[in-house]
Amino acid sequence: MLTELITSLLVLIGGAFALLGSIGLARLPDFYSRLHGPTKATTLGVGSVVIASLVDVAVDEPGLGLRELAITLFLFITAPVSAHMLSKAALSEHRRRQEAGPSEQP
Amino acid sequence: MLNLAIAAAIAMVILAMLLNLFRLVRGPSLPDRVLALDTLSINTIALVMLLGISLGSTVYFEAALLIAMMGFVATAAYCKFILSGNVIE
Amino acid sequence: MIARMLPRPFLSLTILALWLVLAASVSFGQLILGAVIAIVVPIATAPFWPEPLRVRRPLTGLRLLAVLLFDVVVANLRVARLVVGPLERLRPQFIEVPIDIEDRFVAAILGSVVALTPGTVSVGIDPRRRVLLVHALDEHDPQALIDTIKARYEAPLKETFGC
Repeated sequence: MLTELITSLLVLIGGAFALLGSIGLARLPDFYSRLHGPTKATTLGVGSVVIASLVDVAVDEPGLGLRELAITLFLFITAPVSAHMLSKAALSEHRRRQEAGPSEQP
Repeated sequence: MLNLAIAAAIAMVILAMLLNLFRLVRGPSLPDRVLALDTLSINTIALVMLLGISLGSTVYFEAALLIAMMGFVATAAYCKFILSGNVIE
Repeated sequence: MIARMLPRPFLSLTILALWLVLAASVSFGQLILGAVIAIVVPIATAPFWPEPLRVRRPLTGLRLLAVLLFDVVVANLRVARLVVGPLERLRPQFIEVPIDIEDRFVAAILGSVVALTPGTVSVGIDPRRRVLLVHALDEHDPQALIDTIKARYEAPLKETFGC
């Protein structure tokens, strides 16, 4: 019963944060601001869904729960790295557009 | 209770994916589209894990792990493409 | 001989542990397979790795990790609030944070830490000018942000790796 409560709560929190991250992605005005939503909210959202699965599985088989933790860890390590690479790509793209002509500004 | 929570969470994740799709179609720049694609793949992990919890099965774990890794590698490759115009030198 | 076979003992140990966790068993066969991978992978990927780092103060590192976990949650609540609120009030801007970390790997860790913590995403590191370019979603006092990053994350990071 308690695990069911915790799992439900984590699943709901996860879904809500995933949604918030995407709202940020869709709503914010420029690329660098949009980067904030997916890097933070979506990572935590999906992280808590995966941890919910961990709680759900770990009750029966504790060994399997650890694998879920590996995904969460992987997401938390890669999210800043992808954000960093994307912003570097955006900087170079922006520079190229400025060289091509200021009329092409987004 | 758990089934209801999972249904609500799946609805929220699907809404999130639709918003990502909107950004993917809309752009306006290439990095925006790559960011939308990256977010889509991360949300897919959530969707697959939710399905796994609701069906009480652990086989979905491998799928989620593969999507996580492929998503990251794809984003890295796209970024390299934007930066230098090719993926493999 | 052992030093040649295991150039990075900590990396090898991490790979072995991760392999066993993913295989979800500690049977003899998995142990052998994991050990082979833990020996081959560090040797095969040796050219990609930076100079090995030495953790000087593990306790400071752990405290930083605890601070980080707390800040990730704070950061998410903040982004969530800003995203659903009115957008005209946002003040997105680029801020240059001077850093005095020499090691490139530690600087990269700082960049990742900044990306996960409240209000900021790291955009680029300029190792020559020793500047970390940061994008803040809504910042009214850039100097305060620079001071926070330096005191809260950079100082403990420098202390942990002793550089």
